[in-house]
Amino acid sequence: MSQSRLLLSNITKRYPAVVANDAVCLSVQPGEIHAVLGENGAGKSTLMKIIYGAVKPDGGEIRFNGQVVHIRNPQEARRLGISMVFQHFSLFDTLSVAENVWLGLDKALTLAQVTQRITDTASQYGLDIDPLRPVHTLGVGEMQRVEIIRALLTNPQLLILDEPTSVLTPQAVEKLFVVLRQLAAEGRSILYISHKLHEIRALCTACTVMRTGRVTGVCDPRQETNASLSQLMIGSLPPELKVRTHQPGAAVLTVRGLRLPSDDPFGVDLQGIDVQVRAGEVVGIAGVSGNGQRELLYALSGEDTRAAPEHIQLSDQAVGQLNPDQRRALGLHFVPEERLGRGAVPSLSLAHNLLLTRHEALADRGVAGALGWLNLKALKTQAAHIITKYQVKAGGPDAAAHSLSGGNLQKFLVGREIEASPKLLIVSQPTWGVDVGAAAQIRAALLALRDAGCAVLVVSEELDELLELSDRLHVMAEGRLSPALSREEANVSRIGAWMSGLWDKPAQEVRHAAS
Amino acid sequence: MLRLEPRAQPSTLWRYASPLLALTITVVLGVILFVALGKDPVRGLQVFFWEPIKSVYALSELMVKATPLLLIALGLAVCFRSNVWNIGAEGQFVMGAVFAAGVALTADAHTGAGFWVLILLAGVVGGMVWAGITAFLRDRFHANEILVSLMLVYVAIMMLNFLVYGPWKDPLGYNFPQTKTFDAITQIPKLITGTRVNVGVLMALAGVGALWVFLFRTHAGFAQQVGGLAPDAARYAGFSSRKALWLALLVSGGAAGLAGALEVAGPLRQLTPFVPAGYGFAAIIVAFVGRLHPVGMVLSAVLMSMFYIGGELAQSRLGLPRSLTGVFQGLLLFTLLACDTLMQYRVRWVSLPRAVHAEEAL
Repeated sequence: MSQSRLLLSNITKRYPAVVANDAVCLSVQPGEIHAVLGENGAGKSTLMKIIYGAVKPDGGEIRFNGQVVHIRNPQEARRLGISMVFQHFSLFDTLSVAENVWLGLDKALTLAQVTQRITDTASQYGLDIDPLRPVHTLGVGEMQRVEIIRALLTNPQLLILDEPTSVLTPQAVEKLFVVLRQLAAEGRSILYISHKLHEIRALCTACTVMRTGRVTGVCDPRQETNASLSQLMIGSLPPELKVRTHQPGAAVLTVRGLRLPSDDPFGVDLQGIDVQVRAGEVVGIAGVSGNGQRELLYALSGEDTRAAPEHIQLSDQAVGQLNPDQRRALGLHFVPEERLGRGAVPSLSLAHNLLLTRHEALADRGVAGALGWLNLKALKTQAAHIITKYQVKAGGPDAAAHSLSGGNLQKFLVGREIEASPKLLIVSQPTWGVDVGAAAQIRAALLALRDAGCAVLVVSEELDELLELSDRLHVMAEGRLSPALSREEANVSRIGAWMSGLWDKPAQEVRHAAS
Repeated sequence: MLRLEPRAQPSTLWRYASPLLALTITVVLGVILFVALGKDPVRGLQVFFWEPIKSVYALSELMVKATPLLLIALGLAVCFRSNVWNIGAEGQFVMGAVFAAGVALTADAHTGAGFWVLILLAGVVGGMVWAGITAFLRDRFHANEILVSLMLVYVAIMMLNFLVYGPWKDPLGYNFPQTKTFDAITQIPKLITGTRVNVGVLMALAGVGALWVFLFRTHAGFAQQVGGLAPDAARYAGFSSRKALWLALLVSGGAAGLAGALEVAGPLRQLTPFVPAGYGFAAIIVAFVGRLHPVGMVLSAVLMSMFYIGGELAQSRLGLPRSLTGVFQGLLLFTLLACDTLMQYRVRWVSLPRAVHAEEAL
């Protein structure tokens, strides 16, 4: 038997409410780029954390280069030759690149030596980076390079990358792939975690597919189609895009020349945002996260009231400085990206969470009205109605918000806002971390709302989702918003180029920059 | 070996059982403590848990001590539930007493019968002013309310000392640092003749009802608590964090000030350097042991009051230092925090992992 670099057999990890890994087996050969494919919540991240020693499995066996190993912590993993680049970077913003890398290394080296080794490694793999720059001046693509260099300095035999392209433009993804192929050619193994099919087919030489904690297939992705891979991943085929008519009504939201310096030193300043959403249409905003989407949504929802009043207009009314409650009274409802802690209070019941944005269960007359008396019975009825209508799997109106899965809580929150009959609904990352069934349901609900004449603004990182939902599409980059693209004009390569902020350039130049 | 496993849902059973288990452990530790000190543990427990309830008079004294504890704890519950960490209730209590004494000292033979209402109002204002300083500094300059409120306790005590050693000292008081005894008309109406129990008890119980309604039946109370549970959700909903801060501190300052006024115009009858008896700090324990729940805090206030009386009795009956009160208060809080682990985790007996055998098999 040829010796596997990594061999997992029957790895099992149980959490109180869920089995994250159920008898998972995985075999990675030397020099192989091995994809682990699965939807959000399929158990990929848990499995990687087990390999990296960050999580202890309840059962199963790990062999590394043929030896049974018990990896107790990431230090041991690194000593064995396993390195990991996490989806969320762990860098100190105020330190330089070299200092950040130094922190994670053997104490024997001096800072000057580390700086030299970074420069060497960077030039060896074409990972262009200046070791002396402070991390907060780097873009996300550059931060990822720092993380990769940090991982490479330990000279790993196995490199784990967790969703490495979620923060990259399509052009930066291509550059990353070149580096990864070079690493594999040196005989290093790479575990590549992703749920993006075309990337896996372009890059990987082997693929293990997971669904709800179990392995559902092992294949060579180069022999597969998107359809066959996605069938393995979600157990069904992705829906076809439907052609539909687009007859928008009057403008509901008009943002004109919105400029807003960020109140967070590491945030993004909004630089002259123009966007209009009309009744009966869905407008999408694409872009890599961290390009001002968060700041824009704060300004639109009223969580940030520093905008000039006339910069944000809701059906001819200047609302720039109204608070969220006042904007809701005018018909603006918002579903934020963070469901627990922002969209819902984790420890409170679903019924009580209605009170964040809905006032129907409050007494409106007399002394009780003045006191803001809660009618608990009405509140529970209201919650039960949403639970039934949106097929939320929950223990009832009294179930705490944090007891629901991501998808079910999202269905409840979307339902909460849709049932308020908004004039304008803003949704951020509507299906982030949501299982396939729930995602389809949420998208259908948003489209139904559009057909009923509501204006809908969707901010998302998932391009496929935006192409499915949107009638018009903008791209956000570095605090600016591109002109609108119609549904017909929008395609992946064009939006990809625009994600780097290149929409002002003539087409010729864009093509050049993209190549 | 024993292992703690996280629960999917916090246990409802242990939410209520935890304080009882904590009390049991405290008693057991108390017994060990008495034995170690060479005292009869049965006699010791008697002093703490039987003597305070054995007669009507003993019960009345229990209420006298429980009233300020409960009043202060009610206010603190509003603070703690909204993530405002007011540690300075003791200072607000003292300032309430000072303001109330300032009004009470103006009373003379011509004063009307309802004058005590004015005294109590002055106490409320005093507590509010003192807590308002903390609210202002946090609101305007983002000063940490834990430090500010705590330091203001010592400022309040020094102001009290300045007054009783200086301008307000009783000229006929043989140079003792104390004001003159207040005029009889200022006496807070008593509930039971022959005891020291006054209408303060009724006010505290009314406060229990009012807090329950506010927390669990009004939108304002809901908004107040969301700010503590999930600040981002409060911002998303449009609930003002500034309003929550001011409301929390003014309510708790007012409640502590009222307790101070009731104390000085009730049992004490004059302002002395011994007004600060630690009620403001003990009330923090009362609030947490009572789960920040209005009814729970009634029980914990009575319990804490027993510790106060027990400590005093232990001094006279057993010849033990009065600091025993503090020891019991600390033990109770400590064991409660430990027992609360059981709400989030379950204890399970697991056999040792068999990793060793797997390696031997190689």
